[in-house]
Amino acid sequence: MDVFRRLRKFYRPYMGQLYASLFMLALSTALSLVYPYLLKLIIDQVILQHQYNELLLLIAGILVAALIKGVFNFGQQYMGQVFGIHTSYDLRNTLYKQLNRQSFSYYDEVHTGDLMSRLTADLDAFRQFLAFGFNSIVNFVLLVVFGLAMMVSLNPILTVCVVVLMPVLAFIAVRFDNHLWPAYQKVRRTLGQLNTAVQENIMGVRTVKSFAKEDFETDKFQQRNDSYYESNIRTAGLWNKYFPYMEFIGNLEVAIVLLVGGYFVMHGMMKLGDLVAFFSILWFITVPMSQLGYLLNNWTQSVAAGERLLDILDADNSVTSISNAYTGKSNGSVEFVHVGLSHGTSEILHDIHFSVYAGQTVALLGVTGSGKSSLVNLIPRFYDAADGQVLVGGVDVRNWDLQSLRKEIGVVFQESFLFSTTIFANIAYGNPEATFEDVQKAALLANADEFISQLPNGYRTLVGERGIGLSGGQKQRLALARAILVNPKILVLDDATSAVDMETEYMIHQALDHVMKGRTTFVIAHRISSLKRADLILVLDDGRIVQRGRHEELLREPGLYRVIYDMQFRDQEDFSDLHSMAQGS
Amino acid sequence: MSAKEEAKELRVPFIYKDDEDLEKPFQWAQFRRLFQYVYEFPKLTTGAFTFNILGSLLALIVPYMIGVTIDKAIGHHSLSFLIELAVILIALYIGKFWMTRLSIRFTNYLGQSVIRRLRNQLFSHVQALSFDFFDQRPAGSVLVRIMNDVNSLQDLFTNGVVSSITNLLTLLGIIIIMLVLNVRLALLSMVVIPFMFFLSTRLRVSIRRSWQQVRRRLSRINSHLNESIQGVRVTEAYVRQDENQVFFEEMNADYLGQFRRATGLSAIFGPVVDVTGSLGTVLLFWYGVHLLMLGQVTVGLLVAFANYLGNFWTPISQLGQLYNQVLVAMASSERIFEYLDTKPGVIDGENASALSPIVGKVEFNQVEFAYDKDHKALSGVSMMVQPGESVALVGHTGAGKSTVINLLARFYEPTAGRILIDSQDISLVQLQTLREQIGIVLQDTFIFSGTIMENIRFGRPDASDEEVIQAAKAVYANDFIMHLEDGYQTQVRERGSRLSMGQRQLLSFARAILADPKILILDEATASIDTHTEHIIQLGLKNLLQGRTSFVVAHRLSTIRDADQILVFKDGRIMERGDHASLMEKPGYYRELVEAQYRYMA
Repeated sequence: MDVFRRLRKFYRPYMGQLYASLFMLALSTALSLVYPYLLKLIIDQVILQHQYNELLLLIAGILVAALIKGVFNFGQQYMGQVFGIHTSYDLRNTLYKQLNRQSFSYYDEVHTGDLMSRLTADLDAFRQFLAFGFNSIVNFVLLVVFGLAMMVSLNPILTVCVVVLMPVLAFIAVRFDNHLWPAYQKVRRTLGQLNTAVQENIMGVRTVKSFAKEDFETDKFQQRNDSYYESNIRTAGLWNKYFPYMEFIGNLEVAIVLLVGGYFVMHGMMKLGDLVAFFSILWFITVPMSQLGYLLNNWTQSVAAGERLLDILDADNSVTSISNAYTGKSNGSVEFVHVGLSHGTSEILHDIHFSVYAGQTVALLGVTGSGKSSLVNLIPRFYDAADGQVLVGGVDVRNWDLQSLRKEIGVVFQESFLFSTTIFANIAYGNPEATFEDVQKAALLANADEFISQLPNGYRTLVGERGIGLSGGQKQRLALARAILVNPKILVLDDATSAVDMETEYMIHQALDHVMKGRTTFVIAHRISSLKRADLILVLDDGRIVQRGRHEELLREPGLYRVIYDMQFRDQEDFSDLHSMAQGS
Repeated sequence: MSAKEEAKELRVPFIYKDDEDLEKPFQWAQFRRLFQYVYEFPKLTTGAFTFNILGSLLALIVPYMIGVTIDKAIGHHSLSFLIELAVILIALYIGKFWMTRLSIRFTNYLGQSVIRRLRNQLFSHVQALSFDFFDQRPAGSVLVRIMNDVNSLQDLFTNGVVSSITNLLTLLGIIIIMLVLNVRLALLSMVVIPFMFFLSTRLRVSIRRSWQQVRRRLSRINSHLNESIQGVRVTEAYVRQDENQVFFEEMNADYLGQFRRATGLSAIFGPVVDVTGSLGTVLLFWYGVHLLMLGQVTVGLLVAFANYLGNFWTPISQLGQLYNQVLVAMASSERIFEYLDTKPGVIDGENASALSPIVGKVEFNQVEFAYDKDHKALSGVSMMVQPGESVALVGHTGAGKSTVINLLARFYEPTAGRILIDSQDISLVQLQTLREQIGIVLQDTFIFSGTIMENIRFGRPDASDEEVIQAAKAVYANDFIMHLEDGYQTQVRERGSRLSMGQRQLLSFARAILADPKILILDEATASIDTHTEHIIQLGLKNLLQGRTSFVVAHRLSTIRDADQILVFKDGRIMERGDHASLMEKPGYYRELVEAQYRYMA
């Protein structure tokens, strides 16, 4: 119940709809009992006592009751659904908002698939309970209470005969659903596995065909297909095991009522009309009884689903703006003051200390995992440093308003991500109001305009999941154009040209020299040629700055920079020999 | 389109395409073809029909029995007859119990077997299709065929077909019994049937369609959510939260509106059915009591009639459901059959022979190729490569390097000329035996979900753990693998996104060396990797190429320089050929290329 209390703010505004729904439900359930009652009167008074003049009135009563009941029934269903969908609408908006503001460290821990299943299956399970799960439980109680009351009023002994079997039915129903639920879970899981197998196979079809592993893959697929088949058959097995019993108990009750009731009627202890009415009420309570298991499971599952939603809603987020945060502009200077960062027990950055004037270029060099990305991620406050301070424009990033800070910075990530929309909208992601000319200019600077213009739909081309496939280098150039377009004071290029060929990288860096004027730029790259013109080169090893200086200075001293330089240029020297040879000949 | 609309279209924040047609009109030929799958399981089919029909026959007798009980036993105060009838009734119910059991069993076995067979057939067919098939469509749409389209037939086969024929018979049975019992009362009671039919088909169609609209919108929402989570870092970095929230809330509101509409329609359905049923009952009693007065019917018969009337609805409703299922099945089966009817572009000829173990001599003889009629991708390409030689393919994107590779692995057939391996024309040998002897390392390595061990083993599924580790060691991948949390047993998630580009390449080298092919094709990655990893990759590559005939689409000078033959491509032709030293001696395309590289690096 605690879950419902904690999620109250989402459904409270719509409680009126729930009350309306419950009110109509009660009326419609009550009206259900009118039919058996009128049926009894028709048989007892009209047919057996020949009061034919009452017939029209009685059947009119049946029709009117059915009509009114229909209206209420519609109303209770509709209002219940509306209550559920409105609540889930608000909940979904809030979840979306929350997720778009969570810190990067949150996303380092969670899996997309897990989040998605919460946002889809769990949200829907919760909605369903609000929409009809709760109503169904109320309905169940009402039917059993009203139904029993009417049965007792018709004939208490016959009622006892029937009621004895009810617990058996309820027991089987609950047991059935308790087994059915995990079986359906299994079906979903095996379907998911089958889906993954097919998806990977198709995406990796080139690899499969390259190794001529079609038969191997087909075998793998058939195994998964078999387990999906078996989980379905097992579920059907449960139906096969339980359902006939539930049906049989319902039928047995009919036989008992016929036998005992018939005996009573014969001996004048009960009227024929009462017996017929009794029959029709019987179904009122046997049907919901056989659904009892489903109702209870629906409830427990919605509680579990609600908890998983609360996990998202209540997740900590330490990276938020303080009150009275700085919302101004920056000149672009960046300063790291004895910054440390750790993840769990491992230290990622240790005592990082440097400062950059506005407009300078900083290059970072080091092997994978040396902490380059972690360092630049502190500038837009994607993470908070554990020790020390990061200052942008002289203001501690934690005192900046988060949105204002990030608007000052353009970031190109290592993995370039494109959204499902036009190339234009992807470039304009950070500046949706940009003119076509601005976007094209940014694309030109990122060396992307040429390939975009060659696409049949140009800037209108759809990219992303279901759009056309672009090469890694093309995606990177679009991401670069996106960063250029926001016209940031600080530009962060995290290995932004790793997937383009050397020639393109060269051209991009030529163009960037122009873009970088007046901006503070952080560049992470592996080719010395891309870093050598930087005002400050930081060489990182194991989270520490091991060397710093300009290209010429670093070349003069022994150290990692020289080693890397030598490795990259060894080939080059061979070539320059050949080159001069060729020139000489 | 007006300029304004165009500008708007350009700026749509996110675009999500909907699924294809969700339903199609009925077509006999297609329906018959679909039914072929049912005939493949004669025992299950017979069982399913037999038990279903027997079960519903038993159910049909019950209302009549109750009527008889009221009239003959209760009406005539015969206790012994009452007990007799009750015993018969219970016996009938026991019979029904078994029929229900058996029919659930057979119907499900039948339906699931059909679906399993269809899906297996579709998958292995798609698996055999050539690259041109996969080039033409995004992976997502192929997935939708094999999963969703087949699944949408599941309802039809597990329930629809069997139960609807049973229902038709039940309906017929009820009508006959009623007519036999009393013609006039029967005809009057049947007044509501057309209306019920109308409800269960037409109203149901619009209800289903409106739910399809709801599902479409929900799937757009889910696509967006999925994308938002994956791209959340970009959204946060570019402060797009507010604009995206507006977009999302609009999407969500659209869904809400559709949902309200659909749920409203659905909520009408039940009550309207109830009222219709009551109308039937009212007519029955009104006229029935009239007949009773005249002594033409008994009370028991009237009660029996009321029961039969109550039994009308289920079969009619299920027939309406079948109608809906068939419309949906037409659309999905059409797409499934379209795939099944697609012939692979590259197939073994009738007399294709197995390619015997090769030594690795490769010859291209005036090879020509065009992906489409107007554009030749290769023309007049000839070369001779001796076993163990390495060939570097050099040139700009689109110059024809990849095409050479695709033809050598016979992913496509040359439009003219011949390719010979060990003097055998590769278009005359069995595809499987050809590709098994050629190793291919693609530029972006595909990592399957599973362990590192399983990923390397993909190159040769029967390799032992020891052999896998040896392969990894040979290409210097062992070091980084041992640094992963669980070594070779580390699970790679989300397509290996946690592995670096360089690590993925090393894995693909290990895969290839494990397969131990005589001919190796390698599309060298353009990516720049940190210098240390780069060095390791170069070492690994050297071992990988050792003793194999190799074709490398090369980007790195060191790889090119070491090649025995360098082929420089331009516009689908070989412009220059020779080894590095000889090519550097004369002015030309290659020398320019190297000099340019030098400029970029300096």
